[in-house]
Amino acid sequence: MLEKIKFYQTGSNTVGNRLITPAMRTIQASVDRPNSLTSGHRACQGCGEALGARYAIDAAMKATNGQIMIVNATGCLEVFSTPYPESAWRLPWVHSLFGNAASVGSGLAAAAKVRAQTNGDNVVPRIIAQGGDGGTTDIGFGPLSGMFERNDDVLYICYDNEAYMNTGVQRSSATPPAARTATTQLVGDKPGADWGKGKDVPLIAMAHGIPYVATASVGDLRDLEYKVQKAMSFHGARYIQILVPCPLGWGLSSNSTVTAARMAMETGFYPIYEAEYGKITSVRKIRQVQPVINYLKMQRRYAHLTGKKADPNVLARLQALCDANIKNFGLVDGTDVTDQPVAMQAYERSQAV
Amino acid sequence: MMKKAFAVTLDPATSHQNHTGSWRTLRPVNVYKLPPCNNQCPAGENIQQWLFYAAEGDYEHAWRILTEENPMPACMGRVCYHTCEGKCNRGFLDESVGINSVERFLGDYALEHNLSFKRPTRETGKKILIVGAGPAGLSAAYQLRRFGHSVHIVEMGKEAGGMMRYGIPTYRLPRNILDAEIKRITDMGVTIECGRKIDDIEAEKKNGKYDAVIITIGAQISSNVEIPQGDTNHVLNALSILGQIETTGDVQIARKVAVYGGGNTAVDVARSLRRIGAEPVIVYRRNRENMKANDEEMDAAIEEGIQVKWLSTISEASKNNLKIEKMAIDENGKLSPTGEYEDLPADAVVLALGQNVDKAVLDKIEGLKFEKDNIIINEETKMTSVDGIFAAGDVATSNRTVTNAIGMGKNAARGVNAYLNGQTYKKALKHEIAKFEDMHPWYYTDAPKTVRQELEVARRSNCFDEVQFGLTEENAIFEARRCLSCGNCMECDNCYGVCPDSAIVKLGPGKGYEFNYDYCKGCGVCAQECPCGHIRMVPEQI
Amino acid sequence: MLKQIEGSLGVAQAVALCRPGVVCAYPISPQTHIVENLGKFVKEGSLKDCEFLNVESEFSAMSVAIGSEVGGVRTYTATASQGLLFMTEGVYSASGLGLPMVMTVASRAIGGPINIWNDHSDSLSQRDSGWLQLFCESNQDAVDTHIMAFKIAEEVGLPVMVCMDGFVLTHAFERLDIPDQETVDKFLPKYEPREFINTKEPVSIGAMVGPEAFTEVRFLQQRKMAKALCVIEKVTKEYRELTGSKSGGLLDCYNCENADIKLIIMGSTVGTAKDEVDRLKTQGINVGIISLKSFRPFPYAAIKEAIGDTKQVICIERAFSFGARGIVCPEVKRAMEGTNCDVKTVVAGLGGRPIFGTTINGIVKDALAGKFTEEFTWYDIDTNVLNNSTLKDENVSFSQGPIAQSVLEKSVKA
Repeated sequence: MLEKIKFYQTGSNTVGNRLITPAMRTIQASVDRPNSLTSGHRACQGCGEALGARYAIDAAMKATNGQIMIVNATGCLEVFSTPYPESAWRLPWVHSLFGNAASVGSGLAAAAKVRAQTNGDNVVPRIIAQGGDGGTTDIGFGPLSGMFERNDDVLYICYDNEAYMNTGVQRSSATPPAARTATTQLVGDKPGADWGKGKDVPLIAMAHGIPYVATASVGDLRDLEYKVQKAMSFHGARYIQILVPCPLGWGLSSNSTVTAARMAMETGFYPIYEAEYGKITSVRKIRQVQPVINYLKMQRRYAHLTGKKADPNVLARLQALCDANIKNFGLVDGTDVTDQPVAMQAYERSQAV
Repeated sequence: MMKKAFAVTLDPATSHQNHTGSWRTLRPVNVYKLPPCNNQCPAGENIQQWLFYAAEGDYEHAWRILTEENPMPACMGRVCYHTCEGKCNRGFLDESVGINSVERFLGDYALEHNLSFKRPTRETGKKILIVGAGPAGLSAAYQLRRFGHSVHIVEMGKEAGGMMRYGIPTYRLPRNILDAEIKRITDMGVTIECGRKIDDIEAEKKNGKYDAVIITIGAQISSNVEIPQGDTNHVLNALSILGQIETTGDVQIARKVAVYGGGNTAVDVARSLRRIGAEPVIVYRRNRENMKANDEEMDAAIEEGIQVKWLSTISEASKNNLKIEKMAIDENGKLSPTGEYEDLPADAVVLALGQNVDKAVLDKIEGLKFEKDNIIINEETKMTSVDGIFAAGDVATSNRTVTNAIGMGKNAARGVNAYLNGQTYKKALKHEIAKFEDMHPWYYTDAPKTVRQELEVARRSNCFDEVQFGLTEENAIFEARRCLSCGNCMECDNCYGVCPDSAIVKLGPGKGYEFNYDYCKGCGVCAQECPCGHIRMVPEQI
Repeated sequence: MLKQIEGSLGVAQAVALCRPGVVCAYPISPQTHIVENLGKFVKEGSLKDCEFLNVESEFSAMSVAIGSEVGGVRTYTATASQGLLFMTEGVYSASGLGLPMVMTVASRAIGGPINIWNDHSDSLSQRDSGWLQLFCESNQDAVDTHIMAFKIAEEVGLPVMVCMDGFVLTHAFERLDIPDQETVDKFLPKYEPREFINTKEPVSIGAMVGPEAFTEVRFLQQRKMAKALCVIEKVTKEYRELTGSKSGGLLDCYNCENADIKLIIMGSTVGTAKDEVDRLKTQGINVGIISLKSFRPFPYAAIKEAIGDTKQVICIERAFSFGARGIVCPEVKRAMEGTNCDVKTVVAGLGGRPIFGTTINGIVKDALAGKFTEEFTWYDIDTNVLNNSTLKDENVSFSQGPIAQSVLEKSVKA
């Protein structure tokens, strides 16, 4: 009887749940979770990236029985986790440069294979390369694409906080329109980041035809863990982009990291889906559709959209963007992906920005 | 062994040397809030706590927690008007938790499995007399027995139960259930003497060498109203009808009966009359919105085909006919006669206008004070103006429900216990109430309330079979699991999971969590993401 | 075994004999033939347990190499010119992480203007990258140096650039003596990385190091460079004894006994110079050649010893430092500090301009005639070509022959 009623006060949306079997709980609920990225790191209070990294890497560790080696691009995650003389990582980890994590990953994967071959090991450690959105969508993009096209056995995880946070919040090609950064300030007629610019790397990754591509968010742990574990069931190049709010860069209160990430999903601002071999196979449906204003008003980077001087047209356009995502990706229950979705920038450009 | 490069290569988890707790300006602490259901429950049940165990399938544990406050869950799961559900925060999400139905499930479970109360581990040797074996008296007796006191109840009725037996129809409360739950109390050593009316309570106390008395005689006299009437029309009162049905299973009355009143008794009597073949019409001077009767009961009555004349007063009764005056009601609920009249064919009128306390016996107690017809008691200790004499239930309150009587009985027992120990009972301070705004509702799955199965309407007109069925085990767990655990930990692991600094220690099942202040930076994500509102950020003393 | 083959193939065979686990490359002339051959060896199965990766840029080639070295596998790559510059950030990362990879630099001029021919401006631009730089004077030297390079790199714990002149060596067909596998296996044991990431001993490699320890990290890198001087000599000795080869070493002296003047040269020009020195000897002119093999670490003591009491030294350099002067010369001067040895730079052979025997002859004769009055001279500059531009634009002309630094400077003042 207890087994039969799987859902509970909280359904399956919380981290754990004392009423369901341990196998059905998240990895993060377990007292013996790997804690791959452990206490004492120097991330800011409420850091989404620190949270996302532990979520993702713990899931990968669990999926591979601890056979994970990490390549980390330069960025916040690298800086706050390994300042001499202390490392917050519990697993093999290397940092080389800002833009080369994907190719170092390729080299490491090749090495792992060769070492296993020559030593007669049955187990080949698996490689994860990871970085922020700057290291991924901008400076590391060439190596990333190269790793994809060679289909090297590397899972690349992009922790997307939508700007260069480590250098002081500058715009990246993952910065959404109208957002304030240090290089897209709230001045002039069109405050914030330009419309019709930027890059949709998950769709670009899909266009490489690699085995697995997914987006995820620290706002939905179960989905995130599922995707990392799914990714580890494939060999070849894989890409997961995780939305990790940055309290400092977004102007969020430090406690609202997870809530903001959830709001990004529930508004349709950040579509969550997965794709195999270039085709979308599933979409995370929005549980409670929210108007985009509820997401924007949490963040000072959008302060110009919620104050007295707010331009209602910009707000309307951001809402239209969410609506387009909801339609294109089929984000609400009972709807399907309309076509192969195109990059949001195309929508912005075609709407006479 | 590898030859590690100086500074460039670091050993794993060495960051533990860096105690980031020093960054903190706010500190997370656990807060324990009072769930609104618990706060509302007139019997003071720890509803959330027993739902916690029921949700785990540990029904006996749940029942034991429940019966610490209320010894009659099988009865209560049937007759309580469950105002707790009206306060349930889940109501803001979809529908309130079916607390009452889970309570009944637990009560029935205990009966089915012959669960009994534990006898007290030591006897105090103190003797307490309880006058009246209704819910207040039984509840007080139970609690006093748990303290180890000897309890004797004297009941003037033929059987124990009070209004639960003589006021509530059997289709709502089958008597085998009532009997079983009373028996469980007498099994603890409580003695009940039925069929005797005490005329002089003080003398009884003195002669019986009782250390204290609790008066729980209820309010047994039906209120009356003057209706000009011809000699042929029967005017009866509701309690005597209900009492007759209870004792004889029938009552001799005309076919068309007007039931005059808008409280629960009016509904009970109308529905009972329907079952013995009459055609009752409820005549009530206000409208539905202003009706005192429980909504669910009223819905059931209408479902069963009982007519209602709203905004109507009976101004005259003659044979086969009533003269009804239409009333008008303004937005403040104030009534005014309209001077418009109509006829209502009726052979009899049943008055269900409320009950009064029989003060005859009470007036003999010197110094006993009243307000209207209620004994005045100390709100906390339940002691009357006379030392050593306590009162509970309908005799001492205008909030005359079974559940309230149970709660008052319990508190009177506590007052008596403190009194016997030379102390004055003080209620524990209440925690702040867990508000819906303090919760994080996203985490809860949409899960509509389980509807309890009911007896088909067609069968209700000719029998007193119980109308509402109990929940199956599956449904009961479902309901229990709908509880949001407002303001208290339900071990969902959210705080443990969402901490970016892994600074929360999970202590294991039933033990909850601990904050590791060595590493907690005070970001507050745990507090924000706690579904129950169990964590608060407080300023760090710097 | 003696073979008449292209230099690039010889190097590819030498690298294959070292049993690398990962080879990665991006095409750039004149290095391509080496990795083309290695790719073929892997695909045909003659080079076993090796992953060959075709990457999308030199930046990735270096990065893949970093990854595979960090993963504990012997790694090789090759590049040249712009490619070396494109991977520069990784070049520094590899040495900073102490990764003992071997990379061929098929030396080629750096653009702009784009130029695919040989000089030394590419590898010398990486002077301070923390890599060992070993120059080869012949294809045989290149074959042997590559084999030695792996052993040196792995003993020192730093990466090694093997610099061989583009086209002049890489594309030249010569008779080469390629050692057999057994000999190389004896010389170069199975790779045992001193430090690598693995799941049994999980370390974090590549920490951020602040002011509190950065100087010390650099000091320890510099110590490795100092150690490398000994290791190069030791390994060379070992290799020579095993194979009878004459390759390698920190430097190599030719005809240095009682020389009137000594030339310091890196790379293939040494071969041309040797022939000319032989000819000059018949004319009674005694010229010594110091073939500088190890540019980094720079062998100050060995240079001083090789120069001895010779009073005149000319560094023939195929690169220079903009806004300054020669690159090798100042190092030699440091080595000779406190002596009365006269050390000068003659720049020649930029961007593939050939250095013939006659060029060497001219340099020697001019030197002996005292014509190099300044530290830095543009030797093989073509004033006809130069004047075409300067006359037209600025009405400035230069007279025929080598141009000293002061002439250049004065032409600007005028």
